[in-house]
Amino acid sequence: MTEKNTLVARTQEEALALNVPLQEENNYTTLNLGPTHPATHGIFQNILTMDGERIVSSDMTVGYIHRAFEKIAERRPFYQITTLTDRMNYCSSPINNMGWHMTVEKLLEITVPKRAQYIRVIMMELARIADHLICSSIMGVDTGAFSGFLYVMQEREKIYEIYEEMCGARLTTNMGRIGGMERDLSPTAIKKIKDLVYNSLPKVFAEFEELFDRNRIFRDRTIGVGAVSQEMAMSYGFTGPNLRAAGIDYDVRVMEPYSSYEDFEFDIPVGHNGDTYDRYKVRNAEVWESIKIVRQAIENLPEGPYYANENHYYLPPKHSVYRNMEALIYHFKIVMGEIDAPVGEVYHAVEGGNGELGFYLISDGGRTPYRLHFRRPCFIYYQAFGELIKGGTVSDAVPIMSSLNVIAGELDA
Amino acid sequence: MWPLPFATSCCGIEFMATMGSHYDISRFGAERPSFSPRQSDVLLVMGTIAKKMAPVVKQVYLQMAEPRWVVAVGACASSGGIFDTYSVLQGIDRVIPVDVYVPGCPPRPEQILDGLMQVQELAKGESLRRRESEEYRALLESYNILEKNDR
Amino acid sequence: MIDNQRLVEEIGGHFGEKVRQFGENSGILTFSIAPGDLTEVVAFLKEHPVLKFNFLTDITGIHFPDNEGAELCSVYMMHSWENRIRVRIKVFLPKENPVVPSLTPLFNAANWMERETFDFFGILFSGHPNLKRILNMEDMDYHPMRKEYALEDPTRRDKIDDLFGR
Repeated sequence: MTEKNTLVARTQEEALALNVPLQEENNYTTLNLGPTHPATHGIFQNILTMDGERIVSSDMTVGYIHRAFEKIAERRPFYQITTLTDRMNYCSSPINNMGWHMTVEKLLEITVPKRAQYIRVIMMELARIADHLICSSIMGVDTGAFSGFLYVMQEREKIYEIYEEMCGARLTTNMGRIGGMERDLSPTAIKKIKDLVYNSLPKVFAEFEELFDRNRIFRDRTIGVGAVSQEMAMSYGFTGPNLRAAGIDYDVRVMEPYSSYEDFEFDIPVGHNGDTYDRYKVRNAEVWESIKIVRQAIENLPEGPYYANENHYYLPPKHSVYRNMEALIYHFKIVMGEIDAPVGEVYHAVEGGNGELGFYLISDGGRTPYRLHFRRPCFIYYQAFGELIKGGTVSDAVPIMSSLNVIAGELDA
Repeated sequence: MWPLPFATSCCGIEFMATMGSHYDISRFGAERPSFSPRQSDVLLVMGTIAKKMAPVVKQVYLQMAEPRWVVAVGACASSGGIFDTYSVLQGIDRVIPVDVYVPGCPPRPEQILDGLMQVQELAKGESLRRRESEEYRALLESYNILEKNDR
Repeated sequence: MIDNQRLVEEIGGHFGEKVRQFGENSGILTFSIAPGDLTEVVAFLKEHPVLKFNFLTDITGIHFPDNEGAELCSVYMMHSWENRIRVRIKVFLPKENPVVPSLTPLFNAANWMERETFDFFGILFSGHPNLKRILNMEDMDYHPMRKEYALEDPTRRDKIDDLFGR
């Protein structure tokens, strides 16, 4: 950098005219927004080249939490892969689980009864609410406002309690089975869900929105920051709330409805500019839409079985295992992993919290997949981050990163 | 006990729930989670540590000032967890000495609080000269951690 | 309404012998082409006024160790939002020279997806701006998703394989 009282010229003509030295080229500093950083949602590294305060370019490194999911999946029978899918987007693990189950059901050509589909929809929408709650509150934390996070985590605890009623775990849920759900919605679960979507969540979320929507500091930091045009979004493979903030209403739930989504009425919120503020608003609007869907589902929950009659893949009830020979044999075969899947190749996509989460499964007739590939939305749209932060400052880069909702588990898989 | 939350993956979200008002880690003395190694007492490693990340963990550990404790939260940090693969470090005790292991996948917030309380017990019972003792120095040597000028 | 039959006619009509092995897997039309034709086919699908495949969903790879001369396969999935239809393109490559042109000029999203496929399978994408490993460590010398390599770390000494049933 220059010394205190020395003038430097920026161009050759200026240097000759004023008789001062020419500024050195490339007086850039390097800043490592490193793997361990309080503001990142996980671990990825950005080595920023900066001209003073402005970012000129960035060199992104990911893979700090690469856990080789696809290779592990070639070794596990189909129902054991559910636990792997939990840990991809761990903020909304039921969506990953249900997406995987639906992929296997597509391969095996099993139809799941209506009640199970509605329960799946309820769980997936609750997971989407949980994911968006975390994203929006962490956006608040990254711009300096901590108290919104505390309010919203309380609601997330209530969603965790509902998960516990359904499957026993809080975060990495392993919910549902191939062919339906593992247990029905208990009366406590129904009561808790109704309490959540009718009483507590709308109030708390309205308060949370009031904190940020017209907050001068938040708006100054997020409006116009990290704007994405529609062409750029499509070219970079954006899906999910980030794409909808740019103005394109692509939603896998509407494009290729799965699990009875066509029975529900909901809108797809869309933004204008694709900047950080729009992404935040789109996520909040999606929380309200999800509340609407859960209300419709829980009011119209059909009667019937909660699992398909698929003996080869769904564990028989325990009382018939103890009495019935066929049930015992099926139980043994399923648990020991002796059942072979048919040969086939399927691709199924669900609308995850961050976009189109796809499962590409190739089965060669064995008990484990031949090849399983996860189309992870975070991995694909994070490429655009380097473009989005160019020209901004570090304090812009941080809200952009948290508004894109990059979750490291999904990034690296 | 000011923690340094080294949150990598799913266990980090459980830590966020522990920090929330339902479980409230600040009741246990961890009011100020800081991301600066120089100013924290406990390194809470939460989540899977891949081999690519191991030098970073070691670097953060080296930058902490004595007395320092390490808690490995979750199955992945303790022993590699369910990921027995070519890219995952099978437990952070391959690179740094660990004081408390909190098993679980992810551990419930009560378990993380229990882990923190165990560190508090260790700190209460520790002799003032422990960090200078031969045994401790041998422990650090076995991890290739040099004493002064730890860069 | 565009359906798979219409797609077969359009693509087969335009490219003739260059596209082979039309099949339908779970409702998605799949066909395979030679590596040299990839850019042409993808550009055709993207810029066609009726088909309008505007979105590249995914690029991945598969390893078939038993197919002599076509061990590696690079799979491209595209999606047309207006017509609500997907298509899958497979490019079979020999293990000795797995080179295929990169799609980065057409879709920016292909950048990292191709790096990931290179990292895991060793498929080389010619014309890629930055073909380095992305998820594994830079100095890794093998391509882990190929079938001949085991899941576990080959250099570890502590876990006894017999006890774990391997």
